[in-house]
Amino acid sequence: MSVDLNTLLAILAMAVATVATRIGGLVLIRYVTIGENQKRALEAIPPAVLMAVIAPTALVTGPAETIAAAATAVAATRLPLLASVAVGVVSVALLRQVLGGAW
Amino acid sequence: METGTLQVRNALQEFRAAAIAMMPLIVAVMPIGLVFGAVAAAKGLTPAEVTLMSALVFAGGSQFVAMDIWTHPASWAALGFSALLVNIRHVLMSASIGSKLDGFSGPARYASMLLLADEIWAMAEMRASNGKLTPAWYAGLAVPFYCAWVLTSLTGAMVGALLGDPKVIGLDFAFPAVFIILVMGFWKGSETGAVLAASACAAVVTHQLLPGVWYIAAGAAAGVVVAMLSGGHKEAHA
Repeated sequence: MSVDLNTLLAILAMAVATVATRIGGLVLIRYVTIGENQKRALEAIPPAVLMAVIAPTALVTGPAETIAAAATAVAATRLPLLASVAVGVVSVALLRQVLGGAW
Repeated sequence: METGTLQVRNALQEFRAAAIAMMPLIVAVMPIGLVFGAVAAAKGLTPAEVTLMSALVFAGGSQFVAMDIWTHPASWAALGFSALLVNIRHVLMSASIGSKLDGFSGPARYASMLLLADEIWAMAEMRASNGKLTPAWYAGLAVPFYCAWVLTSLTGAMVGALLGDPKVIGLDFAFPAVFIILVMGFWKGSETGAVLAASACAAVVTHQLLPGVWYIAAGAAAGVVVAMLSGGHKEAHA
């Protein structure tokens, strides 16, 4: 159970950076008053951030990922969360088999 | 005394209900934790180092990116900066959820933000929009999820070689799948569609043009700009 000093420093640097981002928003809203426009911007943040994180995987990785992403989105409108995740995982595995890795 | 006991019982019930609501996401994060531990072990990190990173950083996206750029010896400056960039979205998330923490004391606000992760934040936003987000509810979302992440990372680091390639069984897709489902939960009509389209376009274009994780910041910015423009448009007509 050894911990390398350089690795420890890197982990601490990552932790400090991450904590700063987690606290950052709380500090920000203490100094910015929330009006109509700010509220509209804040409400758009959740879907915009989530979409940005998944867009490269869902849209430009390959047809298997794109089709599985669409299937997951459709499943999400009718099925509970875990079942929808299963639809995504199973369909991407099958599609990769069928379409092959050359895509 | 009696009201005190009642409050504790209510808090426990809320914690339990939140943990149950969180269960599907906990199950979904477990394979991701296992894969992370396995990838990190393959990069030469010891199980102790893997556990330490998952416990202190607790941000899957930035941990995977760190494994991509890991060197021996590790460069704290490069890894710290990349974590800052990948996790800059947390600023937006904590600003958004921070305005909904009415029942939280000052220290509890900051303490709760230490465990802010995408999935916890999304579930907390849901709770705030259709119920009351209390500290007990937040803890019920965050603590079990945190424990699952740390423990599965450790397990992955120890048994990683046995897992094989996660891509073959599609487990690497569990993470994007959860996000797609969460996005669908935020759908509120065509205005959401415009925000999502702008975010997706900006993210894909930036991802093709720039290395690293600027695409997340670009997509978020584009979505917010579109939301503000469409709002302004409506006001001009009113």
